[in-house]
Amino acid sequence: MTKHTENTRFSRRQAIKMLALGASGALLAPNLLGKPAFGQTPPAKPTGRIIVGVSQEPTVFNPLMTKIETDDGVHFSVFDALFRADPQGAIQPNLAVEVPDQKNGGISADGLSWRIRLRDGVRWHDGAPFTAEDVKFTLELIMNPKFRSWRTAGHSLVRDIKVVSPTEITWRMESAFAPYLSFLTETFMVPKHILEKEADPNTAAFNQAPVGTGAFKWGKRTAGDHVELVANTSYFGEGPYVSQLIFKYIPDVTVLYTQFKSGDIDLVGQSYITPDNFKEASGLPGRTVTLVPRPSVEGIYFNLDRPQFKELAVRQAIYAAIDKKAIIEGLYYDVPKATETFMPRQSYYFNPNLPVQEFNPKAAKEILDKAGWLPGPDGIRVKNGVRLSFANSTTSSDHLRQQVQQFMKQSLASIGVEMTISNLPAAVIWGDFWGKSQFDTVIVGITYLIGVDPDVTNRFHSRAIAAKGGRGSNNAQYVNAEVDALLEAGVRTFDPEARRAIYFKVQELMRRDLPFMPIYQSVAVHGRKSTVHGVVPNGNTRTESWKAASWFRVG
Amino acid sequence: MRAFLLGRLAQSLILILLVSIIGFVILNLTPGGPLSQHGLDPGMTQQDFNRLKEQLGLNRPLWAQYLDWAWRLLQGDWGRSFRDGTPVLNVIGRHLLATLLLMGSSTVFAIALGTWIGIRGATHRYSIFDYLATVGAMVALSIPTFWFGLVGIYVFSLKLGWVPAGNMYTIGDGSVGNYLHHLILPSIVLSLVHVAVWSRYMRTATLDVISQDFVKTARAKGLSERRILMKHVVGNALIPMITLAGMQLPSILTGALVTETVFTWPGMGRLFLDSLGYSDYPVVMGILIFSAILVIAGNLLADIAVAIVDPRIRLS
Repeated sequence: MTKHTENTRFSRRQAIKMLALGASGALLAPNLLGKPAFGQTPPAKPTGRIIVGVSQEPTVFNPLMTKIETDDGVHFSVFDALFRADPQGAIQPNLAVEVPDQKNGGISADGLSWRIRLRDGVRWHDGAPFTAEDVKFTLELIMNPKFRSWRTAGHSLVRDIKVVSPTEITWRMESAFAPYLSFLTETFMVPKHILEKEADPNTAAFNQAPVGTGAFKWGKRTAGDHVELVANTSYFGEGPYVSQLIFKYIPDVTVLYTQFKSGDIDLVGQSYITPDNFKEASGLPGRTVTLVPRPSVEGIYFNLDRPQFKELAVRQAIYAAIDKKAIIEGLYYDVPKATETFMPRQSYYFNPNLPVQEFNPKAAKEILDKAGWLPGPDGIRVKNGVRLSFANSTTSSDHLRQQVQQFMKQSLASIGVEMTISNLPAAVIWGDFWGKSQFDTVIVGITYLIGVDPDVTNRFHSRAIAAKGGRGSNNAQYVNAEVDALLEAGVRTFDPEARRAIYFKVQELMRRDLPFMPIYQSVAVHGRKSTVHGVVPNGNTRTESWKAASWFRVG
Repeated sequence: MRAFLLGRLAQSLILILLVSIIGFVILNLTPGGPLSQHGLDPGMTQQDFNRLKEQLGLNRPLWAQYLDWAWRLLQGDWGRSFRDGTPVLNVIGRHLLATLLLMGSSTVFAIALGTWIGIRGATHRYSIFDYLATVGAMVALSIPTFWFGLVGIYVFSLKLGWVPAGNMYTIGDGSVGNYLHHLILPSIVLSLVHVAVWSRYMRTATLDVISQDFVKTARAKGLSERRILMKHVVGNALIPMITLAGMQLPSILTGALVTETVFTWPGMGRLFLDSLGYSDYPVVMGILIFSAILVIAGNLLADIAVAIVDPRIRLS
């Protein structure tokens, strides 16, 4: 039994080195990412089977279509993107041979012209060669108005794609957009020679029998039960070391854990082991249980358009009245880590210098008194006819969050703030209620970054308020001209050092303005049989199966 | 008979029409919808949502969406799943066998055991057996199936290791023996409630028949109790059971929501719950229509069967 925190913190110097090393990463990557753990060596040829249990069923196998997290495990195994984000947050080449930047000329000084050099000799699972034509086809398919593509951010700026040679492609960007490199770590390449023949890419046979370049080939799907992948022995990268990789759908987290205990599954995938089972799981014989930081940040969103929350003093007072430590230790078994920002701690752009929240109901009361929010006849504070009362909502099936709500309700009542609880099913709450800012406050876990890029324009730029006709997901309706300007500068800046300063400032301003109250960064409880080796966690991807190619079994 | 069937067919079509309209409206009016699962996706913008809504046809007025769906259904096109893009009938077909296996085996088991308990309870009224059967039935009916399922897994799988902790078969095995081994626990758990229901109905029906004059006559003729029971009582007591069986027919094919979840059984019940969760409208509507057809067919079959078995009833 092994228990340790696989924390991937690193120094600034290391980080810059990592980012700069992108160009030579192809040589580094195999050792860096797939180094077998605990001194075990992988078998000479793919052997055995690994079953990953997941609590949501993978159903989308065209990696460019609308998908959910659980589909990513299959996509990362069957397909490859041009680049990949490694556990340290650096971008490494994958189907590309180098990461383009302004120094190596891959990206022009104005950020508008991009050139990507591709690996030679890569083949699709059906034997056809992978070329720059496939990259062009993929980028164009995403923007095909008839195609149900997942997200188009970044891709919509790409113009004039030119295939220079089978291993080189160039394009122009409508405007400089640094995050695009990171977006491409999650953009899987699809084969032109198969999909171009399809009249309707939405219903192509490929979508249920995909052909990729990845370490595993499509095997078969037993609907409602599992997806079976088989080793691609001609894979261009390291591995694979197992002959079969199975994603087994187990529709309930309790049953997922039960089947981990009973040995029916070898590795617990999404949604992992619940924090309440962490202690017991750590003591299970023959199992390795680790804590792995996730990029998702749990926070409580204010709807800043509500009259109660327009004033900063109110948000400050409410934040001061919440005992984050008690919530994390008491309700979440001390598994997640308290945070003050949307940026994951593992990111190169994480600002460690933000003021740490202090639980202080007395100070909270003083802030409200000073701001003129005084107790009314029923004890609830009032100012200019506005009662300091609001509803808090979250997913009705989330029992832990419901306990947080009860706890908050009591804490806030003690400072004269009334909080009511109004929860909705997941399918309802994350629709227009959330998207069009129809809530007062919401408890929500959000992954702010796409890949490893620090850009949060979509979440916090004033033009991204959907409730006011904007295009993005600024659900708090946060408006700050300084943040807007910084975010605009951030996406135009390619130099990591310069960008770091920008996003440090963004985090500082947001910590001050509190459009949402950051509670903790998620930490997932991963579990696997101790006979499974080569598993490297990566908080910069949405899935534990981001590199199943390096997994192998011993014993 | 012909007139009866035509009349029932007309009734059934109206019923299916109503079910489809009500189902469609309720489903579509529920806030949220199929795109809400992407509400928290990093980088997903309102613009993307609007584009997807248009591509899925969700931005049209509800009546237009319904008419489009109904018109296609009349032409035999049940639509495609929003989730995996495959035709709805294929989606249903892929889950049907798993459910048939689980529900079929548990129903057969439940009917056999329930009938026996019911008859024995009636013939040995107020005996210890009868009391135990009554209390057992009450317990089985009162305790939720998922609880039985979880306790069953804990005791027989995790502690005793007699049966697997769920799943339909071991991946990589798939032999008949392996399927049967996996079938034992969920099928027993699922049949508990059915045994309870079946035994109570059978007991009442048997008691009803036992007190009839023809049974007294048979006894007066000097027939043995066993012959009276087998030839006169059970046969007649089973007639109302046919109707009950007809009502249970749909559940054999539409599955068990909770049991399939607890035992990770890839059947129709699970499909229905998942499709609801993801607001996969075409699949939910498909299952709804499929179930409505089964309910109608089940009742019709039961009516016909009763008419054949019971010469006192004539279909008209």
